[in-house]
Amino acid sequence: MLKYLIKRVLWMIPMLIGISLISFFIMHLAPGDITNNEAAFNPKASEESRQKLRELYNLDKPVIVQYGLWLKRMVKLDFGNSFASHQKPVFLGSTDKDGNYTKGLIEEALPITLMINLLGLAITLTLAIPLGVIAARKYLSWQDRSITLFNFVGFSIPGFWLSLLLMYWLGVANNWLPISGLHSLNYETMDTWSKFKDSLSHLIMPVLIPSVTGLAGITLFVKNGMLDVLQQDFITTARAKGLNEHAVVYTHALRNALLPLITIVGLSIPGLIGGSVIAETIFAIPGMGKLFYDAVLMRDFPVIMGILTIGSALTLVGNLIADVAYAWADPRVRRGVMKG
Amino acid sequence: MQTILLKKALSNPLSKAGFIIIFVVFLLAMLAPWVSPYDPDYINVKAILLAPSAQHWMGTDGLGRDVLSRMLHGGRISLLVGLVAVGISTAIGIVLGAISGYYRGWIDTLIMRLVDIMLSIPSFFLILAVIAFLTPSIINIMIVIGFTSWMGVTRLVRAEFLSLSEREFVQASRALGAKDARLIFTHLLPNSLTPIIVSSVLGVASAVLMESGLSFLGLGVQAPQASWGNILTDGKEYIQFAWWLSLYPGMAILITVLGYNLLGEGLRDALDPRSGSSK
Repeated sequence: MLKYLIKRVLWMIPMLIGISLISFFIMHLAPGDITNNEAAFNPKASEESRQKLRELYNLDKPVIVQYGLWLKRMVKLDFGNSFASHQKPVFLGSTDKDGNYTKGLIEEALPITLMINLLGLAITLTLAIPLGVIAARKYLSWQDRSITLFNFVGFSIPGFWLSLLLMYWLGVANNWLPISGLHSLNYETMDTWSKFKDSLSHLIMPVLIPSVTGLAGITLFVKNGMLDVLQQDFITTARAKGLNEHAVVYTHALRNALLPLITIVGLSIPGLIGGSVIAETIFAIPGMGKLFYDAVLMRDFPVIMGILTIGSALTLVGNLIADVAYAWADPRVRRGVMKG
Repeated sequence: MQTILLKKALSNPLSKAGFIIIFVVFLLAMLAPWVSPYDPDYINVKAILLAPSAQHWMGTDGLGRDVLSRMLHGGRISLLVGLVAVGISTAIGIVLGAISGYYRGWIDTLIMRLVDIMLSIPSFFLILAVIAFLTPSIINIMIVIGFTSWMGVTRLVRAEFLSLSEREFVQASRALGAKDARLIFTHLLPNSLTPIIVSSVLGVASAVLMESGLSFLGLGVQAPQASWGNILTDGKEYIQFAWWLSLYPGMAILITVLGYNLLGEGLRDALDPRSGSSK
């Protein structure tokens, strides 16, 4: 197992290098020199700040040297400072000479996005697994057909549109839920219980809406997995030996059908992180997506490059966890891994 | 053979429903200049944010423009972006997948690693980053969506090529001395078309969603040109006063994307020899 783990972690290094190459390539897509672009967008950019930018990316040196130097800083997790946002550090915070700690932009935003996505994922799985099992057990019944219909709509509905409609219905027309931010303005003055209620009410829409749209894919996956497993010989054997239906479905079939779900959840991570842009922008949540969107609007290159790289690295870590979890959960793979 | 496939595809209720939806949406978009009640860009300051009525079926927007007319014209853009973007990604996918699956070896490893790397960068971040460095325009949106969504097709074509290469008819042709080009273009590619078509149709669905999301964020199709996504941007702006600006464009996106998804899934069911008859 350890050998497998080491191999798997080492494998991430060439992947990360590839990702950094692509990010670097994108930065050089900008027509001409990015300092021109920055200046064109921000008329106040002085010659001095352009010079700073050139130094930051070593634009006066050959491309290969630029890449090397950028990679060197990245290894030290130094993504530079934001152009906008008061020149805050992009990733990790820093302590100035007076001992004041400034939090990095990604350091602040990442936990919020992770929390929302993990909550959403938990809700998606809690709903999708039973729905998928019902659809498979009652294949072609009205229950299965309504779940299929729901899946098609879930695949096709634009999440931001659903957000707008619910924002109108729940927030504007009825005033049941707050429509933006993570807290109310008077959050600081509340007692613990009100704080909890306040946070919860702010989270309901941003967490539930993406999980509803993500539900379709997972439900379909569980259903197809169950349909496959239920046709296999060991299920017939289990039934033939007189095992009750509940045990057949939930202990024999479901376990096998759920295994590949681990991989699917791992693969859905880039979509979740990327999807947070729209959800966080609509609900004004200060997470990675909103940070990225604002950076794109302001052409804040260090932040764009930082999030692109960190977001991809997170995906790699997520896939790693999924692979390891799979190897751990499936005795067949586990034994294979132990041997090799 | 082609007509049998077409017949089979249209006998499937899902793909039939999808086909009808797509056909109607396309028809309306094509006929936009003739069926639109108003000029989509005509600003009427006396008719700002009017609720739906007999004069304006879907109301008017913040500049007094007729929403129905903007929806019809915007539909042309949204449909065009979806088709061209998928055209680009499918072309890239076929070329890379064919090279990978046919020649194997180091080039296959290289292409597959590139696929892995591209898949680990959150695609929406990638698209937004590219747009941040270029300028948002219809052409750029199509190119960017196309260049960031070819990985699925590549894997698909490669897998088809790998499995087809083992089949007798390909090996026989190879034994008879057929050249690479002949093997690829007369044997491998035509026999891989079915899954490619299915994945392209489903790809259009996600490209339409992607374009509307980008335009909604103001990084896609730019005003004054209408697209379903950027009408929704106004919808968000005026959400307190004008629900119609949010409701209709989203419905148009939902129906169109649903149409493509139904068509794609239906085609998959109809064209896949393993499903259908066995059930």
